[in-house]
Amino acid sequence: MTVLTRGTVTVNVEQCKGCELCIPACRPGVLRMSSAVNGHGFAYPELSEGCTACRACYDVCPDFVFEVFKFAVPVRSEEAADGG
Amino acid sequence: MATIRTDRPPDVASTQVTHKPALLLSEEHHLCPGCGHPVAWRILLEVLSELKLEKRAIGVIGHGCYTMAATLSDIEWLQCLHGRAPAVATGVKRVQPQAAVFTLQGDGDCATEGLHEIMHAASRGEALTCIMLNNGVFGDTGGQMTATTVVGQRTKTSLEGRDPAVHGHPVPLADILSILPGAAYVARGAVNNAGSVAQTKRFVTQAFETQLAGGFAFVEILTMCPTGWFVPTKDGPDYVAGTFEDTFPVRQLKPTW
Amino acid sequence: MAVDLLQGSDAVAMAALAADCRFFTGYPMLPFTGLLESFARLMPERGGVCLNSASELEGINMALGAAAAGARAGTGSCGQGVALMQEGIAEAALDELPLVIFTMGRGQQDYFQCTRGGGWGDYRTLTMAPKDVAEAVEQTQLLFHLADTYRAPVILYGDYLIGDTHMSVDVSRRDYGPLPPKNWALDGTTGGTGHSRQIWSWAMGTVNDPGLGPDGQWKKVAAKFADLAGTESRHETYQSDDAEYLVVSFGTSGPFVDFVVDELRADGIRIGSFRPITLWPFPEKALREISEGCRQVLVFEVNAGQMVDDVRLSVADRGKVSEIGGVSIDYSGMRQGELLDAMSIRDAVLQAIHGGES
Repeated sequence: MTVLTRGTVTVNVEQCKGCELCIPACRPGVLRMSSAVNGHGFAYPELSEGCTACRACYDVCPDFVFEVFKFAVPVRSEEAADGG
Repeated sequence: MATIRTDRPPDVASTQVTHKPALLLSEEHHLCPGCGHPVAWRILLEVLSELKLEKRAIGVIGHGCYTMAATLSDIEWLQCLHGRAPAVATGVKRVQPQAAVFTLQGDGDCATEGLHEIMHAASRGEALTCIMLNNGVFGDTGGQMTATTVVGQRTKTSLEGRDPAVHGHPVPLADILSILPGAAYVARGAVNNAGSVAQTKRFVTQAFETQLAGGFAFVEILTMCPTGWFVPTKDGPDYVAGTFEDTFPVRQLKPTW
Repeated sequence: MAVDLLQGSDAVAMAALAADCRFFTGYPMLPFTGLLESFARLMPERGGVCLNSASELEGINMALGAAAAGARAGTGSCGQGVALMQEGIAEAALDELPLVIFTMGRGQQDYFQCTRGGGWGDYRTLTMAPKDVAEAVEQTQLLFHLADTYRAPVILYGDYLIGDTHMSVDVSRRDYGPLPPKNWALDGTTGGTGHSRQIWSWAMGTVNDPGLGPDGQWKKVAAKFADLAGTESRHETYQSDDAEYLVVSFGTSGPFVDFVVDELRADGIRIGSFRPITLWPFPEKALREISEGCRQVLVFEVNAGQMVDDVRLSVADRGKVSEIGGVSIDYSGMRQGELLDAMSIRDAVLQAIHGGES
């Protein structure tokens, strides 16, 4: 199925304290916590396709981890059948 | 799902839609994971810049985890004794009436130690913007109960949960202040989800605009303290919504629509 | 130089206003109430602010805020009310904020409060105790100058007699010389510059401009008070040059003691008086020198014995020191009771001198 990605984020991995508040905040549900950890031992958010640049992640994050960018032109891509 | 690289801004044409506050001197606040205070602090700095109050703002700050804001924000600060900020701010504002004077206190500082000072500043209608970060606990001293600890909430001095028969009931400060004729604007917000963050930012904006028009404004902001609440970090927002908001409804209290 | 017959409260308020005091607050408590009422009446025409505070606690903190914002500010109370202000006074000292506190005592039981202080930290409060309204007027202006010079809270120790006696005084402005500008005071304008001002008793500073930190700040403040102690002590003596017996008193007790000195000199007794004008810094060096040749040092104070501790610390031979005062408050708590009567002071002096015979 086609996934429309309207924007993206930068993640300051070393700033993250692994609080996970961004995960439920993300409206299209395109954030998940990493399996790796940063230098402080915290997992951090990773992004998949479908970001809408709604900036909810930035709004709820206590640690200034995110900056949000909106694309001039949305990007279409095909999601793999197995979701992987 | 494929992972998108997030270590640098995008290569394609785009607009940056978020900007860290210009008044932020450093992101290194050392507060707990999932703490709501930095979110409220960020909102405050954004509002001061958007209303162009950088060169007029004087923050009168109390004692708590949030006191770090004074070392990390590029505005003038006066740090004062526990509970006294509204009285100190009264002196500051009366002498510098053109300044945008605000107080920043926790619930321990404002509703517990300083209940007298905030009530009288509001009654006198001092042209101040008073902000109380409410997490129902003395976080900085390790998590004891305060005047706003809710019934059933476990703290280090209410280990079985606040029991009205023993500890009485919490103080809904915003509701109390809203009935005072001297208070021009009163609201209670929260920072536990993106919607509440946006709404709280509107409340804080109106609270400063009220001061600029000569009135007293108070904004209570429910913040997460998973450490003080003995809950997992990621359950902080639900604790606000489910436990705190029952006792402290989130809405603009005055003026009412 | 205009001299007017004025009630003490009015005279002190006018002197403060002449010294550009532009913020005053207080909570009514006799004998301070008259001073608050005087400021309430006289401040508006000077363009300043006089506010009733909702408690003494609120008052000291309002005054602290006004001082932080650059105004010459004052507050006060009766000693029992200043008890509630101790935390705020100490905080002002550690913040290095100038403030004048008017302690209008009932009796003289506030000496410890003024000189030892009940707040937290290594701070001292320079305290002056005028003997009459004329001194109170002069010291009020001087205290505003010293508060700004040293950036510290200071105390004018008055009482019912100061507040309610009429005296012919000159309340015009006195010039004590220039002072540095208050560049440290807050007005908002350094916001957004990367180097915004901050007033904090822990002196944390910002990430751009780190402060001394609590350790450094408190050491700095303590050193300042040690320095002040060496330079601002003041006292007055009367007929002390050849005195065998020296009566030490402070504040409004002074004129009563000097009256007794005159009476007893007429009877041939070589007696004189010593009056600390600054209760802190206590003029210990001067007292040690002046009491050197005396047989007895008699301490008259209207309390159970407070200044006598400082007298004993000052005098080389502590054995010479005895107390001839006492607690003396009338039933209203306003006046100084029976003891502040020259004849009873005279009797107490004679009893001490003759060891039981009058």
